Amino acid sequence: MPDILLSTENLCKSYAGLRANHNLNLQLLRGEIHALIGPNGAGKSTAVAQLSGELASDSGRIIFEGRDITRMAVHARARAGVSRSFQVTSVFDEMSVLDNLALAIQAHHGHSYRFWRAAKKDRFLNTQANTLADQFGLEQAHDLLAGTLAHGEKRQLEVAMTLAGNPSLLLLDEPMAGIGPGGSKKLTELLDALRGRYTVLLVEHDMDAVFALADRISVLVYGEIIATGSVDEIRRDKKVQQAYLGEVC
Amino acid sequence: MSSINRKWIFLLVCLSLLILLPPVSQTLDESYLISSMTRVLIFAMAAISLDLIVGYGGMVSFGHAAFVGLGAYTAAILSFHINDGSPLFTMPFAYDGTNQLWAVLLVAIGVAALVATLTGMISLRTHRIHFIMITLAFAQMLYYLFISLDYYGGEDGLPMMGRNQIPLIDSGDDTSFYYFCLLVLILFIILARRLVGSHFGRVLQGCKYNEKRMQTLGFNTYRYRLTAYVIAAMGAAVAGVLLANKTEYVDPGLFSWHLSGELLVMVILGGMGSIYGAVIGAIVYLLLEQIFSAYTEHWMILLGPVLILVVIYARHGIYGYLQKLNQNA
Repeated sequence: MPDILLSTENLCKSYAGLRANHNLNLQLLRGEIHALIGPNGAGKSTAVAQLSGELASDSGRIIFEGRDITRMAVHARARAGVSRSFQVTSVFDEMSVLDNLALAIQAHHGHSYRFWRAAKKDRFLNTQANTLADQFGLEQAHDLLAGTLAHGEKRQLEVAMTLAGNPSLLLLDEPMAGIGPGGSKKLTELLDALRGRYTVLLVEHDMDAVFALADRISVLVYGEIIATGSVDEIRRDKKVQQAYLGEVC
Repeated sequence: MSSINRKWIFLLVCLSLLILLPPVSQTLDESYLISSMTRVLIFAMAAISLDLIVGYGGMVSFGHAAFVGLGAYTAAILSFHINDGSPLFTMPFAYDGTNQLWAVLLVAIGVAALVATLTGMISLRTHRIHFIMITLAFAQMLYYLFISLDYYGGEDGLPMMGRNQIPLIDSGDDTSFYYFCLLVLILFIILARRLVGSHFGRVLQGCKYNEKRMQTLGFNTYRYRLTAYVIAAMGAAVAGVLLANKTEYVDPGLFSWHLSGELLVMVILGGMGSIYGAVIGAIVYLLLEQIFSAYTEHWMILLGPVLILVVIYARHGIYGYLQKLNQNA
């Protein structure tokens, strides 16, 4: 029996009659990096938003760690271990790199109805934030405002924030978006270092990164998964070549 | 000199001026200054409480005066019943009201917290312009409710028979009352500064910058925002109690959007999201009002351009401007 961390059963979502995702059946094995690829408008970001809870699904179920989380609120899913990053960088520009990370860690460390002691002096949060920053190549940028970082560093921070609180599932929505070949290579290495420790659903257009990182790949076209398999299987798949890979390779 | 030292010296000078005001104004035989500065101190408290949600939480409330009004009416009604001899309520036990400030504050804070929880649970489901409109609507509802309460003076308002009693202090003496208000204001500043720097404060600011991101990080943003809203309301109620005590008179105008708007102007003028800015805003706004209204009853015509200049040239308000000077010095 494969160890399934998350599975979706016939998950559907349409916007005003327009079908975004239809009968999505996805299985994420614990510890794998699972790439979700497909042409623009295929429904990849919609799928991520459905899994994270930002979009309510029209029908179908999401089973995470054996629990039905289809109707669970966004914040509750995050605390249960589903963590996502955004295609459009969503770091807190007005806060320092360390404060961004500390805030992310704070979300998973008890409640925040603490009104008196200075959060900036919380040693636990600061130590953890330091470690995360260093792990993601931001050791030179601890006290810089996130808004002043270069785009590539912002993307690193974006991904680092999703790791706070040791989630079991990472939903990475185009982590390489707009960072160019050099940054992309660096981020690929950083993500490769996470292999085995986290289960990752990677939505990405950068095929070099996908082929380098993915254990398995699912191909989404017009809201339906047309193939799932290893990198080689997907590369050889006739349907996939027709629908998608033919265009880019 | 470091910029941090300069900041503390600035604050210390301001505090000394406020402490020295009563003896100086008595020497100059201008004792009305004490009374008008007491008003400034109380408005500064209300502005601080508004800054918590506007400046730190990004919740632009256009109905904050409602909680000032609730606090003020709590003081006036409790005092009305104790003087009138009629019980405020008889079930489950008979209660005649009170004239003790501490008890009044407790009741006012409780009432404001209750009303803020109920209205906040609805208002906070909306954002931006809708939040502005819904907070305004709730405040106007209270405004008309109190106009219709003929038993408590209706449109004419309700006078208080003397101030509430404060232990160890002769509250009837304007100078003593001024110092008491100054003490409460300092307490407000300390509490507010601690709050915004706390874990809660960081979450609140995160909700302002990007609420969706906060949710995906694992924060139940709705509850945190509601908590902040209730805390701000409790602060405004305290200011309301003191305002009623200062003027010894309340009227439904305290709930009106005029006052809500004035509080917003104070916060924006002084500089949002700094707490000190709210204090500076209250001082400058009310002083300008006083100076300009000496020349013309249409003093708003003079104040308007000042506000426009500040908003254009000092986007972070007066305190933000001072901070910039301090960093460049």
